[in-house]
Amino acid sequence: MKVHVDMDLCQNYGQCVFAAPAVFQLDDDGELVYEPNPDDSTHDVVAEAIDACPMQAIFLKEKVQS
Amino acid sequence: MTGTNASPTNIGIAIVGGGLASLRAAETLRRAGYRDPVTILSEEPHASYTRPPLSKTALKEGPNVAQLAFPRRPDVDDVNWMVNTRVESADLDATTLRTESGAVYGFNGLIAATGVRSRQLPIPGPQEGRYVLRTVEDAARIHSLLKPGVNIVVVGAGFIGCEVAATVRAADCNVAVVAADPEAMIRPLGAQVGASIRERHESKEVQFYLGRGLKRYLGVDSITGVELSDGTTLKADFVIEAVGSQCNVEWLAGNGLDLTDGVLVDGHLVADHPTPVVAIGDVARFPNALFDTVPRRIEHWQVAGDTGRHGALSLLAAMGQRDFGPKVSLMPYFWSDQGDLKLQSFGAPNLADRMELLEGDLSGEAAMGYYQGERLVAVVLFGLQRTAVKYRGLVSDAQVVAATIV
Repeated sequence: MKVHVDMDLCQNYGQCVFAAPAVFQLDDDGELVYEPNPDDSTHDVVAEAIDACPMQAIFLKEKVQS
Repeated sequence: MTGTNASPTNIGIAIVGGGLASLRAAETLRRAGYRDPVTILSEEPHASYTRPPLSKTALKEGPNVAQLAFPRRPDVDDVNWMVNTRVESADLDATTLRTESGAVYGFNGLIAATGVRSRQLPIPGPQEGRYVLRTVEDAARIHSLLKPGVNIVVVGAGFIGCEVAATVRAADCNVAVVAADPEAMIRPLGAQVGASIRERHESKEVQFYLGRGLKRYLGVDSITGVELSDGTTLKADFVIEAVGSQCNVEWLAGNGLDLTDGVLVDGHLVADHPTPVVAIGDVARFPNALFDTVPRRIEHWQVAGDTGRHGALSLLAAMGQRDFGPKVSLMPYFWSDQGDLKLQSFGAPNLADRMELLEGDLSGEAAMGYYQGERLVAVVLFGLQRTAVKYRGLVSDAQVVAATIV
């Protein structure tokens, strides 16, 4: 699973941090840092983070399943 | 019901309204295993898109509905989107809907998600040049008029009014904000915080005319100015009205539901009717167990998504297909971009009777605590994004403590 955040859109509102703290964090300056290759077990919380993002800046590339 | 058509086409679960709440409801129905038809009936020509940018970047740059559209997940591929379809009435006893074109559909369960429309006051004078901002089409119309030096009067100093003022000012338009309220943003955030927000806009040469109503629009065929209740006149090439919203509930009339200020529903978002009906999003008036038992509407983007998910599961429970889960208990959240100011709110500042500065400086970055008696019911942030996790936690903990004491 690959996560991509469009940092031009991101305004560091941190709603993704509440949804998926294992994948998204705000650093000491309040800037978003995230794990671009999170474990597949985080799929559901990453989906929540995508939904919760006020700027709709988070995108997911899932493995293509046959 | 019609007498001529004994069995109208059944559309399964009918979701009336096509915004964010409807999309989340449809996704949730599928994820919960509901396999019968799900139909979204929306008067707009598009599937769900995100509206908050319409007063911000999309207004400045010109809205692109493809960019604003929510990503469509595969699990809702089989949901039937009926766009350009305005539902005119519902007969809950007969479990039918009638559209504006006269088509009648039967349903198994109903989700009311028709949201709100922009309120428009009757103002005398020319009517050409009055604009509101709710849809992508509204934003496109206003965007096409934004040229440097154009004179714009924004009516209303709430969220939309202040956001729009900041956006059109950044496009080098001349902006005056007119409002009957004595201070900007006073109703959601109080006078002190509102004053600080107004001063930020004034530093960018946005002018405010507060505590004054609109008397009439000036001009012959189209608006060239406005006259205020105190006699002040302002030049205006056009006017953007942001004076609140009106619930789209007329289609539900005649069914015995309480439709004063939205659709009254219980803590599960279920309406008081034998037919399974829930309300979600801006139009739902529901008690939020996080705070108290008083039903209120919450017009926040995040609440639309939360109630959409919750309402879908409650509808399945009302249809006897699963058990009811816990009642709605959600942390209201909103954000607002106004020029350089990034504002966030966790909780319900409208329930507070006083505000206390927790950190920082009202003219810069700050955290404001909103209290109802001793109970912290909200924290509002100017900037200070790195503190969001901490303050949201404080608001959340305060409600747990309050619940324990009661």
